[in-house]
Amino acid sequence: MNNQVSAEPLNYLNHKTGLWSWLTATDHKRIGLLYLYAITTFFLTAAVLGLLMKIEKSTIGPTIMTAQTYNAMFTLHGIIMIFIVVIPGLAAVFGNICLPIMIGAKDVAFPKLNLFSFYVYITGACLGLYSQFAHGHSPDAGWTFYVPYSAEVNSNIILALLAAFTLGFASILTGLNFIVTIHRMRAPGMTWFRMPLFPWSLYATAWIQLLATPVVGITLLMVIAERTLHVGFFDPKLGGDPVLYQHLFWIYSHPAVYVMILPAMGVVTEIFPTFSQKPVFGYLPIVFSSLAIALVGYFVWGHHMFTSGMSYESRWFFSFITFLVAIPSAIKVFNWLSTMYGGSVDLQPPLLYAISFIFLFTIGGFTGLTLGAVATDIHVHNTDFVVAHFHYIIFGGMGFGFFAAMHYWYPKIYGTMYHIKWAKIAWGFLFTGFNVLYFPMFIMGIQGMPRRYYDYDPKFQLGQTISSVGAVILFVGLIAMIANLVYHVRRGAKAPANPWHGVTLEWQVPSPPPHENFDEIPVITREPYVFDNPYTKEK
Amino acid sequence: MEDHHDNHVTSYAQNFKVLLVLLLLTISTILVVKLDLGHFTVAMALFLASVKTTIVLTYFMHLKGEKLILRLMVGGVFLLFAIIVIITFIDYYFRII
Repeated sequence: MNNQVSAEPLNYLNHKTGLWSWLTATDHKRIGLLYLYAITTFFLTAAVLGLLMKIEKSTIGPTIMTAQTYNAMFTLHGIIMIFIVVIPGLAAVFGNICLPIMIGAKDVAFPKLNLFSFYVYITGACLGLYSQFAHGHSPDAGWTFYVPYSAEVNSNIILALLAAFTLGFASILTGLNFIVTIHRMRAPGMTWFRMPLFPWSLYATAWIQLLATPVVGITLLMVIAERTLHVGFFDPKLGGDPVLYQHLFWIYSHPAVYVMILPAMGVVTEIFPTFSQKPVFGYLPIVFSSLAIALVGYFVWGHHMFTSGMSYESRWFFSFITFLVAIPSAIKVFNWLSTMYGGSVDLQPPLLYAISFIFLFTIGGFTGLTLGAVATDIHVHNTDFVVAHFHYIIFGGMGFGFFAAMHYWYPKIYGTMYHIKWAKIAWGFLFTGFNVLYFPMFIMGIQGMPRRYYDYDPKFQLGQTISSVGAVILFVGLIAMIANLVYHVRRGAKAPANPWHGVTLEWQVPSPPPHENFDEIPVITREPYVFDNPYTKEK
Repeated sequence: MEDHHDNHVTSYAQNFKVLLVLLLLTISTILVVKLDLGHFTVAMALFLASVKTTIVLTYFMHLKGEKLILRLMVGGVFLLFAIIVIITFIDYYFRII
């Protein structure tokens, strides 16, 4: 049945029609698509802001905006990208669309709560945008809201903090939903170690969402209390301690990096076996490395604070733990490479993005070791080196993971196929533009270019200009990729149920899947990555 | 399944006893402040709060009747938070001395 065009006319896209049916949808796939459209809109908005910032920095001195506008722009870019796009990103979109199907369930455990969390997310996102345009100055404290500046500055910080607080609730609710779904709704026979690895990564992610997010929620409320009630938590003038804010902020925000990256790791772990037509290498090590990253990731937050006046003893402690977290990450990289080794590798767009993920994530990871070592971090802290590092991790990792997921599950989601050649060309622009944009920032950072600076010393002119050219190439790639995907939703060739010859459950249902995924809940009798299907032989 | 359900039923008498213990611990929290234990005042208050939380989870939230794995998971969460708080305060300790 798998390679046939779906004969079933009714699916989750057309079983009900009209705007209201979408706005009140409790089908996990429809909610996933609502997230996809919202997140893509916000992503494009923040990407345009990023492009404008790079154009501003293409020449010395004012180019297209004032310094205050630049400050507001990097704050808005950061808030949108981190809180609205990257943290919810993969889990909310592809977790929602794929998780229940991949574990053999008809929906998530709490469908109405799922829809509610989407609206909480939209409320938080709108609050974030409103903070920019409401009466008063746009927030200009960066996405980290460091005190004492954020406690004192005369801009719409409280609105931005409330936005981040509200978005955190959406994240918690989604995490809770996924944990209960995975515990309670796996198909008969799907033991924990017969579960595919994308759900495993979502499980590890959900625990971080559930446990770490409340910490930042409370912290942001404390800043609001400090600003409005003048309670001395963090502001030294009121008897508070700014380092405490940084502790509390990073207790959440470092694990949040793993909320961003773990689902992307899960995505590429699905893609490598499928496009190598070979079982994933080291299923158990990948499972346990996901859990280890989630666990150890809780205890490394202090590496963001090496220059903040933290005690010497804490600095070496956090440095040591930071190096430990590299181990499970490296295990995954070796497993992905070993999965491809000796396989029947088919360089389709999802695999191109997945391989790019390894390349970019590895550069981001290695430069992370530079920042995790106290001695070297002191020299590059708060420079462009840090900006390049986290863009390699977050954009190169989560972003390319997201694009990989989009190209992998697109035919399943819409039942049509995008233009493969255009997808590869767009990937070429994205990959080239990405490296031209961010790699010079490593060099400039080591040379002493501070992050978040509006203007710069003439010695950085060449690097800044190259970086700006990279931003334009990257943006062209983004537009080409999105245009290809959007255009072919309705006009693309009909996709078969299993175009990539995958073996996990989502490829065993029609494309697009029916409203409740399965006519009968499947019974699982074997491990998830057994490639003994006829498609392997056909290839 | 029936046994599992029975474990969740608690008597009024037991609930009342738990309530009394919680009230006593709340009064103790207030008295600790008056005793002035120096640096240990906050530690003692946190300890009493932890005991109260455990009692609430065990009896009012029926953790007592749940499977061992669920109890371990909840315990793990609290252990995680305890470690995070300890690591944070270790920084303060070393900054003060």
